[in-house]
This record gives sequence, structure tokens and C-alpha cells, in this order.
Amino acid sequence: MIRYIVRRLILLGPLLIGISFVSWAAIQLTSRWTGDYFQALVLQYPQISPQTIAALRTRFGMDQPLWIQYFRWLWNIVHLDFGLSFAYQVPVTWLIGSRALNTLLLSLSSFIVAWVLAIPLGIYSAVRQYSFMDGLLSASAFVAISVPSFFSALLLLYAAFWTHLVPLQGLTSVDFDFLPWWRQGLDIAWHLILPTIALGVFSVGGLMRYMRTNLLDVLRADYVKTARAKGLAERVVILKHAVRNAINPLVTLFGFELGGLLSGAAFVENVLGYPGLGRLILEAVLKKDVFVVMGSLLLGSVLLILGNLTADILLAYVDPRIRYD
Amino acid sequence: MVRDLVAERVEAQREREAARARTPLQLAWRQLTRYKLALAGAAVLVILYSGMLVAEFLAPYALDFSDRNLFYAPPVGVHIVDAQGHWHLRPFVYAYRLVDPGLRIYGPDTARPYDVHVFVRGFPYRFLGLVPTDIHFLGVDPPARLFLLGSDQFGRDLFSRMLYGSRVSLLIGILVVVVEFPIGMILGGIAGYFGGLRDNIIMRSVEVLAAFPTFYLLLTLASVLPPTLTSAGRLFMISAVFSLVGWGGLARVIRGLILSIRELEFVLSARAAGLKDGKVITRHILPITSSYVIVAATLTIPGVILGESGLSYLGLGVQEPSTSWGLLLAQAQDIEALTRHPWLLIPGFMIVLTVLAYNFLGDGVRDALDPRQRST
Repeated sequence: MIRYIVRRLILLGPLLIGISFVSWAAIQLTSRWTGDYFQALVLQYPQISPQTIAALRTRFGMDQPLWIQYFRWLWNIVHLDFGLSFAYQVPVTWLIGSRALNTLLLSLSSFIVAWVLAIPLGIYSAVRQYSFMDGLLSASAFVAISVPSFFSALLLLYAAFWTHLVPLQGLTSVDFDFLPWWRQGLDIAWHLILPTIALGVFSVGGLMRYMRTNLLDVLRADYVKTARAKGLAERVVILKHAVRNAINPLVTLFGFELGGLLSGAAFVENVLGYPGLGRLILEAVLKKDVFVVMGSLLLGSVLLILGNLTADILLAYVDPRIRYD
Repeated sequence: MVRDLVAERVEAQREREAARARTPLQLAWRQLTRYKLALAGAAVLVILYSGMLVAEFLAPYALDFSDRNLFYAPPVGVHIVDAQGHWHLRPFVYAYRLVDPGLRIYGPDTARPYDVHVFVRGFPYRFLGLVPTDIHFLGVDPPARLFLLGSDQFGRDLFSRMLYGSRVSLLIGILVVVVEFPIGMILGGIAGYFGGLRDNIIMRSVEVLAAFPTFYLLLTLASVLPPTLTSAGRLFMISAVFSLVGWGGLARVIRGLILSIRELEFVLSARAAGLKDGKVITRHILPITSSYVIVAATLTIPGVILGESGLSYLGLGVQEPSTSWGLLLAQAQDIEALTRHPWLLIPGFMIVLTVLAYNFLGDGVRDALDPRQRST
């Protein structure tokens, strides 16, 4: 097991170099074909002199040949320096850090909502297989996985606008800075409701169906029959014998969710004006803010790989039949 | 008497054998037609795709038609009883009347009803891309407008544009499958069949691809597309982007399947008979994977439809003046437009309907073709 983890972590190095190269190449192609950030700047503000632009290019190292730019960037990454953002003129690490926390908050809250709803509903659906409620829940699950996340956010936005129940946009109220700390916490929670529903409730569908399928498989197993035969209460059979085994494979999903923590919320953030990482990256891609795009792609990839690794490890931990060698 | 009994037995035996001797395809078909939701999904898809084929015939207005005086007009009401309480034989509409120029609130101008005509002459087009004609299914005489689902910020008919947009939204999934699946199957086939260095190169590239967060990769690649592309070229490039992102997962599964298939006797015999490797892969090995491939294809299409709608919503997919359901939804991005003109949300329901239909169909096809993966 330890050997397997170490081998995977060693492979991470070349993988990251490959990823950085692909994203670098992609973004250079974009600049080649549609003009880079500085050309767009000149189009927007024609009064900027060519000297200023040249000075800006030098400042960001954009006057060097491409391969030197790439290796310089790579060299700086090793020293944990991800460069400066063109648009905000601040270090990329600072920019990503300030947004990542917000996205993490949203992802975690919707993650909790999704799991807390999906597991009991999945169990109920499986135990009452083919009942009316099971049909209703399965149908709703299908609808939920068929709704694009930006559309669910739009629908919620529309509902929230006419009911005036929850704030529509952003993460904080205007007077946030003047509130005592506990009201600040409440304010954030209040603003989190809408994005959490958009992200969490609509991801219940897939999770619930997965739980249902697993539990149905387990309920057919011989040891469940044995448990019933020796006269255990149905409640004990389901919760203690069946559910515990059915929930194991879901642990891997936990790892995958970890990988998607920072990228899964992009659409909802965009529609609901949430100051998160997804919106930052979207804006950076549109503005060709090279270092921001590269930095966040790299960060997202590392998280994804670590998430997959966690999934593998967790699965081996809960299921002794699985061995990696 | 005895002979009759024997004949009966023989007959019954023959029937049983006939029942047993159904081909796998017949069995799959029977299983599929038992699953009513899959049939309903298929029916919805047939309707949607037929509508797409005859979009110009069904659409009252052309793609570039706009009535600049009637922007953000609500869906027109089709009546059979007029304001005076008279019944009409033909359904009719009223022309729009601007009630409040400041807030752009429209009301019906009940002075004169305009009949909804069937098979009217309108803008010229080619029926099914072949027969030049100018007959349209529905239409009204100007100044009334048949904005069945309202109009957008330029006074363009939402219903017509949804029909034209369905061409992009419905075709892109199929286009991606056509591009992605041959790549994934052939590369996965090569990796699984030959092993060694080729396997290593292909699978390491799959790993690099899989390590990207899909959404960011799509975003970055879509922004690479030069703005000078024609709309057909752009559609193709976007499908290429989706295929580039998606082939890896397919190749990995195909490789896994082939690792076990290549050890089977009939493959060994084909090789022993001197068949070339390429033919062994395409003729003897890949057909075995077909049931998995068909299931994967029906479940890939809805994913791509969702992806395209997202990209277009963000303005990175298809570009104006051509349109898709995602791009139509982008008009609802503005919170004021969204809350005051809720009909702009209708294209979203079409996306949900299509994806839902594909998911039901895919679920049914999986149950029918691949009983081991059955989702109960």
C-alpha cells in the first residue's frame, strides 16, 4: 500500500510537467490567434503609448522567446512563485488564495447538504423498492441530473427574486464590515443558501441513485437473509447489516468530490455572482490573464489527482478485498 | 389419437426451441420495449429531431428576422373567443400594443383579430435542404406577430430561434460521438492489443488528460478557437474540443475489455490463420465491445449537450448570429431581463427535456444490452 502511494506520488511530477506544458501551449495558441492581454488593452485604451506597453511586457517577462518564458515560469513554480496577474497586478497565489476559500466554503456546504439528503433518501428508496415514493424519487433524481447547473441557478434566482426570501447575489451584505463577528457569520450563511441549493440539492440525484443501487445489491446477499432468519428486527438488518456494506463504494465518490471541490461550482458562481475561484478563472480565460489561468489549472489538477488517490486509498481501506501491488 | 398427442408434443418442443433461439438482438429489443420510460424518451427524441429537420417549415420567422419595435414582447395569446365574446372558427391573435413605453409593457390590441393561417407563404428556404419553397406551417399577417413564446431584446421570435438553435444543441452530441468514439476505440484497441511501449504512451497521455479538471480544460480549449471561423466550422471545432477531452475515458475502458478478449481462442485462431493485426482488431475484437460502446454513446450524448449549453451560455460556444439553446439562455444572464421576461428561460426546459429523454433511453439500452451493468 505504502509502495503504491509512493509510486503514484512520484508519477505526479512528470504528470504535472505534462499538464503545465499542455495548458501553456493552449494559452499561447489563443494569444497567437486572438491577440494577447496587452493587445486587448491597447484596443480598449488607444491612448496608451507603445513604450508603456513594451515596458509592461518586459515587466511580465513577455518580451522573451516563448520557450524561455515557459522555463522561467516553471522555475518560479518550483519556488512557489506563480507570477503576477496582468489584470489585478497582484501575485497569483494571493488572488487564488483569497477566492479559493470562498469556493471551498460553498463546495463544503453543498457537499454536506447533498450527502445528508441523498443517503437517507437512497436507503428509503431501496427498502421500498417499486413503491410509489420510490418511483417519485427516482423520477426526480433523473430530472435533477438532467438540469444544467447554470439553469438550476437561474431558476432559483428567479424564484428568489419574486419571493424576497434570500439574497440574490454575492457572499456578503453591503454593511458586512461593520457587523459584529457573529452577525458576519450569519450574513455569510444567509448568502450561502441559494448557491448551496443550486449546487447541493441538484447533485442529490446521482448520489441517491447510486446509494439505492448499492443497497439493493446488498439486500440480495446471503448474509442479509441470514440476519433475517435469525430473527433480527428489520431495522437492525437494514441499518446495521446492509447499509454499512452498501455505503462502502460511496467512499470513493468522496475522493472524486475532493478533486472537484474547486472546479465544480464555476457555473453557479457565475450566475449567482459568487466571488469564487470558478468565476476568477472564467474571467481570466476571457481576458487571457495567462499566469492566473496556468496557476489555477495547475492547482485544480493537483487537487484532482490527490482526490483520485484519496479515493483509491479509501476504497482499499474500507474493502479488504482490494489490493494494489 | 396417439399420433395427435405426439404431434402436439413435437410442436410444443419446437416452440420452446424457437423461444430459446432468439438472437441476442431480439432479446435486447424485447427487454428495451418493456421499459416504458425508455420508449417515452425515444418518442420525445424522435419528435425533437423531426422538428429540427423541418425547422424552417415550423418556424414562423427567419433566423435573422427581427421587429425592433417589439423587443421583449411576451408570448402572444392564441384565442378562439374575442373581446366581444364572439366565438371564432379559426384561432386568432391580437397585435401587440405598447401599454407602458417606459417599462415596455405590452397588451393585446383588441380592435382587430388576426387569424392564424396554416400553410402560409413566408421567407424562402429549402425544405429538408433540398426543395426550394416558401410555405410555412403557421403565420399571421403583419402588423400582428406570431411570437408564440415571446421575443428577445432585439424583437426576434424565441420560438423560431429555438427551432434553429435545436440544430446545434441536438447535433453536437451525435457529432462528438462520431468523432470521439473511433479515436477512443482505435487507440484503446491498440493499447490493449499490443501492450508494451504503445500501451504506455497511449495510457500516459490518457492520464495527463484525465488529470485536468474537465471544465477548465474545455474552457481553455474553447477560448483557443479563432474568432474568424464560420458557424459550421465553429460547431465542428467545438465537437473536436469535446472529443479531445473525452476520448481518454473511452480508450481506457476499451483497453481493459480488450486485454481479456485478446486471450480468447477465436482471436488466437484468427492470428494463427495469418490475419493482419489491424484486421484482427477491427474485425474480431472491436465488435465484441459493441454493446458497451452503444451504451456509452447514448450516455455520452446528453453529457455533451449539457457541456455545449454551458459553453454557449458563457459565450465560448456557438456565436451570434447562429444560435443554440445555451446561447439563447445567455440572454437571461442579466438579472433584470430574467425577472421581467421569464419566457427567456424556456430554452432551458428544452435542454432538460432532451437530456432527460436521452438519460431514460440510455438507461433502457443499458438494461437491454448489458445485463451485468443493470442499474435495477
